Amino acid sequence: MSLQFDTLSLHAGQLPDAEFGARAQPLYLTTSFVFQDTDQAASLFNMERAGHVYSRISNPTNAVLEERIAALEGGVGAIAVASGQAALHLVISTLMGAGGHIVASRALYGGSHNLLEYTLPRFGVQTSFIDPRDLNAWQAAIQPETRLLFGESLGNPGLDVLNIPAVSEIAHAAGIPLLVDATFPTPYLQRPFDLGADLIFHSATKFLGGHGVAIGGLVVDSGKFDWVSSGKFPQLAEPYSGFHNMVFAEESTVAAFLLRARREGLRDFGACMSPFNAFQILQGLETLPLRMARHVENTRAIVAHLAGLRGAEGAVESVIHPDLAEHPDHELAKQLLPKGSSAVFSFHLRGGRPAGRRFIEALRVFSHLANVGDAKSLVIHPASTTHFRMSDEALKAAGIHPGTIRLSIGLEDPKDLIDDLNRGLAAAAKA
Amino acid sequence: MQITVKGQMVYVYTGGKPFDRQLPAVMFLHGAQLDHSCWNLQSRWFGHHGFGVLAVDLPGHGRSAGAPLGSIEELAQWVDALLSSVALEQAALVGHSMGSLIAMEAALQFPSRISRLALLGSTLPMPVSAALLDAAWHNEAKAVAMVNNFSHSSSAQIGGNTVPGLWMMGMNQRLMERQKSGVFGCDMNACNAYARPLTDLSAIRQPTLILAGAQDRMTPPKASRALASAIATARLEVLAGAGHALMAEQPDQVLNHLRDFLKQ
Repeated sequence: MSLQFDTLSLHAGQLPDAEFGARAQPLYLTTSFVFQDTDQAASLFNMERAGHVYSRISNPTNAVLEERIAALEGGVGAIAVASGQAALHLVISTLMGAGGHIVASRALYGGSHNLLEYTLPRFGVQTSFIDPRDLNAWQAAIQPETRLLFGESLGNPGLDVLNIPAVSEIAHAAGIPLLVDATFPTPYLQRPFDLGADLIFHSATKFLGGHGVAIGGLVVDSGKFDWVSSGKFPQLAEPYSGFHNMVFAEESTVAAFLLRARREGLRDFGACMSPFNAFQILQGLETLPLRMARHVENTRAIVAHLAGLRGAEGAVESVIHPDLAEHPDHELAKQLLPKGSSAVFSFHLRGGRPAGRRFIEALRVFSHLANVGDAKSLVIHPASTTHFRMSDEALKAAGIHPGTIRLSIGLEDPKDLIDDLNRGLAAAAKA
Repeated sequence: MQITVKGQMVYVYTGGKPFDRQLPAVMFLHGAQLDHSCWNLQSRWFGHHGFGVLAVDLPGHGRSAGAPLGSIEELAQWVDALLSSVALEQAALVGHSMGSLIAMEAALQFPSRISRLALLGSTLPMPVSAALLDAAWHNEAKAVAMVNNFSHSSSAQIGGNTVPGLWMMGMNQRLMERQKSGVFGCDMNACNAYARPLTDLSAIRQPTLILAGAQDRMTPPKASRALASAIATARLEVLAGAGHALMAEQPDQVLNHLRDFLKQ
């Protein structure tokens, strides 16, 4: 029996409840777990036996979610955390301390950029940002203290397609792992481990959950990176005084990273996922393949519609999506994301900020809010919201125009979505 | 720890504590295309409960240097040499699959050095299909997929790992993929070629525990029963629902059986 993606989306990690036979995954909403006896308690604490002690470290509902995403991504395991931001922090704090250095794509989600650019330097971790399409820049930015290369499968806001095979080769030649934020494609559209990535994180808040009701993050380990022979990761390859001098890479050849991330990262930083959120995200994961197929189908229809409106007279100036031949990564996307790229994309309106505001206000089906990856279609005008403090020149440097509109295409009937966008475009044209 | 056996560096996991040769010794022998970490929970428990633990990486496997050894007989001699290199008179042997063949051969070749035998996922003979042998030599990715599938019970393939957050199928696949090229074919060949007749096992005098998975498709429980019948001192325990990878699938049940057996 070798289970396929759709089956794993429904079943991976979850056997029917042994006590009552519940078919749905039970929600273990408990902080802690009763020990069988004092010997078992001691063995659990010393990692001689496996099981749950306290829900900050692990929880049965979370464990199902962790196994499921690991199965879908083709990894060895995962850790569920409070948010996508917590996931990124857990990876970095497990792999380096003060003095560490990261090479990161400059096409990042704003929250990730803030963490790397402004917050982590205060703790002694520096980041060099590079153009993700420039492979020489990845190579050139690596320093003796570099411990991680990091990019998004699909960069923000231009949907730069990360050349995972090429960047992972550069990383591995330097004895460094490649971390990929795989939130936008989800494993349905791309499995970064198959292409050479070593670690993945997700904002599970987005397409994995899909319903927009739960914040969560997931860190997944491929189990491929050799922490010992790299020679750069004493955290994993040498005794750790914070856990009885455990050498994580000796305890587990392939899951050393996850051991330390759980035993130190969750224990000390404590950014665990609530079991309630894990339960909700699991409900979403069950339908991931069906939803992603529809997200992509709807997006293709809308991208084609908007692209067809481009021209000297219309309100649409340009559309940024790898489906379009003029996108710089059109060919790479066909190779690395053959089932489709993303249901989140941007287009530029003529008429600047006023046109953007008029467009948003005329919409009736799209929801105006700061999120992506919901079952419902979403829209935001960065120049009047997330980036409203920035001048037009500063916006341009960030790849955003005054008239840029970001869409997250949902599961509604595409005709209704197109009608709604047309309503907005008509309003924008009068601005 | 790292030791030298027959001139080659050997990596030995000692259960999370320094090896103490004054304690009763127990050596864990992993199966084909794996390393010491398949015994992670069990070996760590013994290391913290009064045993000197030697969970080895066989030659050419995991972190151990050199080429893999080509026969079960050579591997048994290597076990003898390893005991000498750490100045041990005697040890209990716990072997899984190919490791169980090494353990029973060592018990026959060097009976005075082996105090007890625990044979997990074991059978004699241990024939390997022509298709798997061919894949192990010429298409390791295919062989990994075949063995990973056949090693796990139907429920283990869905999940429910006792260790929170780890995906058992992915763990085993990656561990097999980590081994050097050529190891798989050599291991499969050694298992397939091991020709000692079942009747020879009547010479085994050590107390012996045989652990079988009821859903084991590599070494089915029927074969383990035949093994148990051939060893006068053997006791057979069949773990309901477990496949061939029983240390990962049912770590607590395996540990409890080993604990009760080795603490006697």
